[in-house]
Amino acid sequence: MSSLLTMSGITKYFPGVQALKDVDFELKRGEVHALIGENGAGKSTLMKVLSGVHQADSGEIRLRGEAVVPDGPRSMLDAGVSVIYQELNLIPYLSLAENVFLGKEPLTGAGLVDWGRMNRDFEELLAPFEIELNPSSLVRSIGPAYQQVVEIVKALSAKSEILVMDEPTAPLTGNEVEHLFQIIRQLRDSGVSIIYISHRLEEIWKVANRVTVLRDGQHISTKPIAELTIPAIIRDMVGHELTEQYPTATIEQGNEAFRVEGLTRQGLCDDVSFSVRKGEILGFAGLVGAGRTEIMELIFGRRKKDAGRFFREGVEVQIRSTSDAVRNGIALIPEERKRQGLVLGLSVFDNAALAILDRFSRFGILGVSRLSKVIDKIITDIGVKTPSSRQLVRNLSGGNQQKVVLAKWFIRHSDIYIFDEPTRGIDVGAKVEIYRLMQNLAQRGAAIIMVSSELPEVMNMSDRLLVVHRGRIAGEFMRGEADEEEIMRHAFGVAASAS
Amino acid sequence: MTKNNSLNVTDILKAYGILIAFVMVVIIMGILSPSFLRWANIFNVVRQSSIIGIMAVGVTFVILTGGIDLSVGSILSVAGMFAAGTLQNGGSAVLAVIVGLAVGIACGLFNGILVTLGRITPFVVTLGMMSIARGITLIYSNGYPISGFEPAFRFIGGGAILGMPFPIIVFIASVAIASFVLKYTRLGRYTYAIGGNEETVKLSGINTNFYKAAVYVISGAMAGVSALILTSRLNSAGPTAGLTYELDVIASVVIGGTSLNGGRGSVWGTLVGALLIAIINNGMNLLGISPYFQQLVKGIIIISAVLIDRLREQ
Repeated sequence: MSSLLTMSGITKYFPGVQALKDVDFELKRGEVHALIGENGAGKSTLMKVLSGVHQADSGEIRLRGEAVVPDGPRSMLDAGVSVIYQELNLIPYLSLAENVFLGKEPLTGAGLVDWGRMNRDFEELLAPFEIELNPSSLVRSIGPAYQQVVEIVKALSAKSEILVMDEPTAPLTGNEVEHLFQIIRQLRDSGVSIIYISHRLEEIWKVANRVTVLRDGQHISTKPIAELTIPAIIRDMVGHELTEQYPTATIEQGNEAFRVEGLTRQGLCDDVSFSVRKGEILGFAGLVGAGRTEIMELIFGRRKKDAGRFFREGVEVQIRSTSDAVRNGIALIPEERKRQGLVLGLSVFDNAALAILDRFSRFGILGVSRLSKVIDKIITDIGVKTPSSRQLVRNLSGGNQQKVVLAKWFIRHSDIYIFDEPTRGIDVGAKVEIYRLMQNLAQRGAAIIMVSSELPEVMNMSDRLLVVHRGRIAGEFMRGEADEEEIMRHAFGVAASAS
Repeated sequence: MTKNNSLNVTDILKAYGILIAFVMVVIIMGILSPSFLRWANIFNVVRQSSIIGIMAVGVTFVILTGGIDLSVGSILSVAGMFAAGTLQNGGSAVLAVIVGLAVGIACGLFNGILVTLGRITPFVVTLGMMSIARGITLIYSNGYPISGFEPAFRFIGGGAILGMPFPIIVFIASVAIASFVLKYTRLGRYTYAIGGNEETVKLSGINTNFYKAAVYVISGAMAGVSALILTSRLNSAGPTAGLTYELDVIASVVIGGTSLNGGRGSVWGTLVGALLIAIINNGMNLLGISPYFQQLVKGIIIISAVLIDRLREQ
């Protein structure tokens, strides 16, 4: 097999992070090449460089032996590279055929859309897969498995030779997965090359010819599938040394602060039970999409639960809304800071004051001077670097923005803190400050729940660690009880087969 | 530091841009038409703008949350008609005022409940309300105006305190109170925050539905206030009163710099916006320009105001 695509020395910087460091990647004609790595290892960034969404800061891309400089997604699509993203990009109220031929609709002599030809072309492209789909059905009326097929047909209609599939099996059921693999093999045999990204390691053996592992933005290994085992892949994925600084502190743990029993919501999580003590940091590890954020949103009253009970210091409490959660001393530092944690167009003052206006107002009128004093003190205590509390939060750095979110809850004296990906998009120095703040809270007797997809972080910060796999708690470890490989095996749900 | 300074300059432009335009229009009109700057004419302009302006104060709250209220013109007609009906049936002026405000509040509450609990977009809810309120007015009045009220009621639109026309006092007071509420109360701060990012406000443990519904109630109540002034001044409540007023109301808010996406704006801007529309109508009348041109000019001003705002943002 000859080389269809080579990417060499690809380097990509984002503000504060080096996302890709001198990465090499090669794709042969007619192969399925699996791209594997932990969350944040650089898989998506590499694929976005390939598809032209991001521009590499240095490095070279060669397609069919010729150097190409991607100039936006359109240019790479024209060059024969199609990407099927995890969130499918189909338009729900257009027909299947329209979606496939969007932007290149066949026209009649009079310049009108030639529906007959469009539908015939669609059926022709679909024929090899032996699937019955009506070209004029609306996308929203067919299931995710068929939508996946429509995406593939769309890529074929663009005469793509390279197809990138990002977690294609995530929304599919067992039978549908098998069918998809069959289609992938069929595509491969017809000469299409596929880059296959998946978190489900066991799948790779069913479709891939070769496997490339990325870690921390670096290329670690590329091997034929026959030379690999699951433990070997996991070792490549997590094999880094702990270089980041984690503050250490011995904190005395008190009584149970909060307990969850049998929390269930169909499709999100199933029978989740755990408790957290005062002064304890309880970590939640798992893969992106395993349901950790959803569990936290259920606890915080942002989503409606099907079943489950909550106990605060041993007494059952009802949490039906976010107001209930806040009243019970729970604080949420959400995953998406800008979309969920802050009002970007308002000042530091307004954001920090958001959760406590009720305590500083009489008959609805705010005690502004008293509030100002409290907020100024908290901002200094936490160390938010801002010229004044009137500064718009939009203008602060990620680390300082996160501290503003924290300030909101500190002022309220919440005592159960849920940190969801607390250091995402924050530079290393500010990370350490956030860790310290978490420990200070624990020292003062707060209970801390920490969701993090960065394994080293969650392992080093947590007194106890729960691993979530597909909405269930798949493992529980005390500090130091398990190594990264062990935790990843639970996160991937392959603990039994690997032991 | 330099970055901060330049930021302040644009902030000033943003805050006072419309004010500068306003002052320029006043100066130009003053030069072109000597009668423009006479006290009698100034009072006349402000009084004319007060009907639209008071409603615009209420709608500013709605637009700050990222919503819209198309129903205020029709709420004005139904509130005015019920107040007039109360007087006709022998009710006192005080009772008529209470009825007028209550009808406005009820319509606003209806809007608020459908937007929040019904989860229908504000555009659709208030478009429906626009038709419903107008329909109730027509049914109640059978298409005929109700005219001729007692002096106590006529004071609202026609009276003056210390020489200052009462509608102007109400208008200025509404702006002042609204400005205080927006700045110094929970309702006000949440209004901005919800328009900026509703999800964040919800995740801060705040009952956003309550506050979202509240702004529609405020808008309905202010339409009720305008209804009383208009009905009193005309000494008549007509079934077509307030027709298309919602467009001038929204125009005032938008010209005043409040973003239709929510989260940004002020009620002082709305005051200037309402005055600007009234001045241009009045000035062109004084200059003897055809009323057909007034529509054209108003449209150009609306689009220019937003366009300038956009350019400044870049």
